[in-house]
Amino acid sequence: MTMDSSTHISVRGVHKVFQSGGQDVYALKAIDLEVARGEFVCLLGPSGCGKSTLLNAVAGFSLPTSGVIDVEGTAIIAPGPDRGMVFQEYALFPWMTVEQNIAFGLQIKGDAKAAIQEKVDQLLGLLHLQDFRKRYPKDLSGGMRQRVAIARVLALDSPIMLMDEPFGALDALTRRNLQDELLRLWTELRKTILFVTHSIEEALYLADRTVVMTYRPGTIKRDLYVDLPRPRDVASPGFNALKKELSLLLMEEQNRHEQDEFRGAAVD
Amino acid sequence: MKRYKHAASGILVPLAALAFWQLLSTMGWVNATILPSPMQVLTKWWAYLRPMEAFDPAQGPYLKWCLSGELIQDAMGSLYRVLVGFAIGTGLALPLGLAMGYSKVAYGLFNPLIQVLRPIPPIAYIPLSILWFGLGNPPAVFLISIGAFFPMLMNTVAGVQNVDSIYLRVGRNLGASRYTQFTRIILPAATPYIFTGARIGMGTAFIVVIVSEMIAVNNGLGYRILEAREYLWSDKIIAGMFTIGLLGLGIDTLMSRLSSRLLRWHRGLEQG
Repeated sequence: MTMDSSTHISVRGVHKVFQSGGQDVYALKAIDLEVARGEFVCLLGPSGCGKSTLLNAVAGFSLPTSGVIDVEGTAIIAPGPDRGMVFQEYALFPWMTVEQNIAFGLQIKGDAKAAIQEKVDQLLGLLHLQDFRKRYPKDLSGGMRQRVAIARVLALDSPIMLMDEPFGALDALTRRNLQDELLRLWTELRKTILFVTHSIEEALYLADRTVVMTYRPGTIKRDLYVDLPRPRDVASPGFNALKKELSLLLMEEQNRHEQDEFRGAAVD
Repeated sequence: MKRYKHAASGILVPLAALAFWQLLSTMGWVNATILPSPMQVLTKWWAYLRPMEAFDPAQGPYLKWCLSGELIQDAMGSLYRVLVGFAIGTGLALPLGLAMGYSKVAYGLFNPLIQVLRPIPPIAYIPLSILWFGLGNPPAVFLISIGAFFPMLMNTVAGVQNVDSIYLRVGRNLGASRYTQFTRIILPAATPYIFTGARIGMGTAFIVVIVSEMIAVNNGLGYRILEAREYLWSDKIIAGMFTIGLLGLGIDTLMSRLSSRLLRWHRGLEQG
């Protein structure tokens, strides 16, 4: 198989099989996906479609049953700081202050104290967190927590950012705010981003490319390049045309998911 | 304002109980040997607390004289046993608990024995403790350390086992070694449980010290109330009991202050 030199993440022939009630369930089936350097790709689908499974496989948390995932031509065998992950539940360490959370990855790397402080200060500024540096996560709003989680990953300077429904738990305004913030950071830092969501609008607002996945077995149903200029206008005809197209695709999968649930089969 | 109201209503029932108690004695409804009046108890309490001899500079400094009262000496004796027993019991339970919580192998090896020993009340060890350690502080400290050991152990195991796996995933994602995972993630995540274990362990230690003093030593608050019984000094028994109660309350308050200070990041059982 030939590989474009601009390819950053390459997923080839990936299967992921779970056992459920004595049966094989294909969370992922024959997934092929190439993500270019600096590309912003959204994985879109109903719950149970395997989008998070795919993300976790790229992160190295749960390796594929068969198939290969390469980053820059090197097969992934374990999690690592070259693929920083932002989780839906924020997953900040509650016993660390904002500052300490951001610094943790750098301490693990073994950076010098002064260098860590400088980097942390810079990130606090970048994400408008200066006034919260000594706070504990319990004293922060959901939006603030997710800013800290993003800063913690950015501290690693990893070329790839993996995001698992990071804004799913936020209210609409905070969500849009953070989406804009993320686009600004992405433009500035040129990361390759793999972003899981179940919101069509979010995918179309953010991504260069939206990959729609099917409900069990998890396959790629549609690989759509979002050819709209940024900043994107969610009320524009072009945006709405794509939204409608994706809605129809997603609805089919949602229906299959529901029928499956009604049959009392295993869920998620 | 609301706080004062709260405090006022909190003192209502104790005051009523005290008044009722005083009434019982004043009216002569109960024999003073069975239940002495509150005033009588208070008088005895003061006598128990105050130094037994007049101050004499030749005997040592003033502060030493102040602390020479029987009650202070008893309280210090009990406290000493509690602290030594607690330190030994929790000092052994903490590393074992961490190992059992972290490693399935360690858990499999130790848990069966622990489960067999755990339901045995520390008091049941009294005969053996005397056989092994004779009389004096050693058997008392032994019993107290058993009392403090199990709550600390069980809570530490639970604390380590209940560390949310998402934190471990983040740790792996950030590239943390197993050692860093343990010291910077598992250990702090388990501290709320460990502190609870320490607090319960301290409570148990305090119960056991009183019992152990009734059998193995000849000072301490537990010894003193048993001694008072020999002489039918019910006022001293009650004074001793209240001293035990207040000391226990003081220690528990101290422990909970300390833990909320060290765990100010923690928001209870809610998800962080």
